[in-house]
Amino acid sequence: MSETQNIPVLEMRGVSVAAMRDASFTVVENVDWSVAAGEFWVVAGPELSGKSDLLMLAAGLMSPVAGSYKLFGSDTKDFGEAELAERLRVGFIFQGGQLFNQLTIAENVSLPLRYQKNLTAAAVAGEVSALLELMELTPLADVTPANIAANWRQRAALARALILKPELLLLDNPLSGLGARHRQWWLHFLDQLSGGHELSGGRPLTVVVTADDLLPWQHARRKFALLHEKKFIPLGNWNEVETANHSVVKELLAVQLETTTQ
Amino acid sequence: MSCCARRPASDFETGSEENNFDRELAAFYAAHVRGNLAKAFELTNTQVLRSAALPKSYTDLLGRKLFLALLTVQGLGAFALITLGVILQKNTTAKNVIRPRIRQEIARAGVALLPMFFFVALALGFLVIGQTVSTLAKVGAISYLGSTMVIVVVRELGPLLAAFLVLARVGTANVIELGTARALGEVEALEVLGIDPVHYLIVPRVIGMAAGVFSLTVYLIIGALASGYLFAFLQDVPLTPGDYFKQIVESLGWLDFALLALKTVAFGFFIAIVTCYHGLSQPLRLEEVSRVAVRAVTQGIIVCVMIDAVFIVLYLVT
Repeated sequence: MSETQNIPVLEMRGVSVAAMRDASFTVVENVDWSVAAGEFWVVAGPELSGKSDLLMLAAGLMSPVAGSYKLFGSDTKDFGEAELAERLRVGFIFQGGQLFNQLTIAENVSLPLRYQKNLTAAAVAGEVSALLELMELTPLADVTPANIAANWRQRAALARALILKPELLLLDNPLSGLGARHRQWWLHFLDQLSGGHELSGGRPLTVVVTADDLLPWQHARRKFALLHEKKFIPLGNWNEVETANHSVVKELLAVQLETTTQ
Repeated sequence: MSCCARRPASDFETGSEENNFDRELAAFYAAHVRGNLAKAFELTNTQVLRSAALPKSYTDLLGRKLFLALLTVQGLGAFALITLGVILQKNTTAKNVIRPRIRQEIARAGVALLPMFFFVALALGFLVIGQTVSTLAKVGAISYLGSTMVIVVVRELGPLLAAFLVLARVGTANVIELGTARALGEVEALEVLGIDPVHYLIVPRVIGMAAGVFSLTVYLIIGALASGYLFAFLQDVPLTPGDYFKQIVESLGWLDFALLALKTVAFGFFIAIVTCYHGLSQPLRLEEVSRVAVRAVTQGIIVCVMIDAVFIVLYLVT
């Protein structure tokens, strides 16, 4: 246990991030960032600030243009077949879910487990239905993603990422486009995961989320960072966010300022 | 990149440039090709060339088309090799997921097409064989019937028609399905889950189509030959079924069986490669899917005809 606490889960030194769509375009430069096991990070930034690209790099979907990136203490210069085990310790949830449209929700959730462990559909049925039950997705199990609301697609994506029991969970703007009830559910559930949910055997999960709105993430235990003008700016915890003298931070908090003055 | 694409247009507007061949664009083409040769097995991005401004002379246009054709051949070749590599390397990985997927694809590219092939076999027998048989009978060349049938139906028409039909019915669906999946980010989703997209999406399709084209060709040939006799019989051609099939059997050599199998498997393999390549290999936007589908079908036909030409050479040599 002490060993895993000493090695940062995710460590970036001088990392430059290219855009996923166009490798010649750098979106964030010189990122120095270290995430310890069990931490809950919120990376905020306005649209097109490279939040998704940074997160995809963290998940190993692309390699840094410059600098070094270590995941669980091992270098990710060439993230290939040999590093599959490392990659599977990371769960990634795309903005909008990006479920497989040809498969039903249950098949979507079971696919990673079946592929990695070479199991038949029947062998994983119990585990999958338990997870779907937890996500309140049971009635939608046999429906294809295009037929359900975005709220539920996002939850199915969470289930698909959790079925492999990752240690690090990366969520790309999980609250975008969700209704109020679903937002509450997500915040509550992510808190449970971060504090050690029975799903991961009571082991605290390391969570990194991106957001374009800081307000819902207000929490003393969380750590915050800001992406702005190609820079990665660590802000610290919530108190420091509130006192930060940065125009963009104020913008991302603008909703709260208005509501408190009323 | 965008600067190179826009530049010639502005030159054209001002009319300042006398040289027809835009130097900057030419240098860009050269660099593009050189860069791609350097990383020969990485998939090429031809989108840049396609979206560049129109060249100012026909020689430029021809040159660009040539570059595009070369890049496409290179990309297809690399893609085919990668797929073959994955088929061989991962034939035991995740069997319980991939085997059902292969069965699904065989059903889609083979079994589901059987009714249509029954109809086409009837039509082929009526249109081609029935007429040929009755004409040969009229001129008294009925002893050449067997070899004519083998050349026309077994060697050429059967395999090619089967390939085109599979391309039309399953190949197009393939490009659209994979192109949409690519545009919606499903490929990245697979990668993040540690699932090899080539293994999960392409290998089953390639195997399914190769098996599909092969078996459908066999059914098509048998059906066409049988219905051909039926129509000849209806036209009162003096030929017993025994004579008819005896002649065909006598003109068939072992080579016909071997090359037919090879050829149809090659058709299926390359139809799958062409359609999957266009659907999957490049980052796509949703609105590009339809254009890519058209391109894939055209190239599928060209590739099939080229494979066919290679096999004609083989027949001639032996």
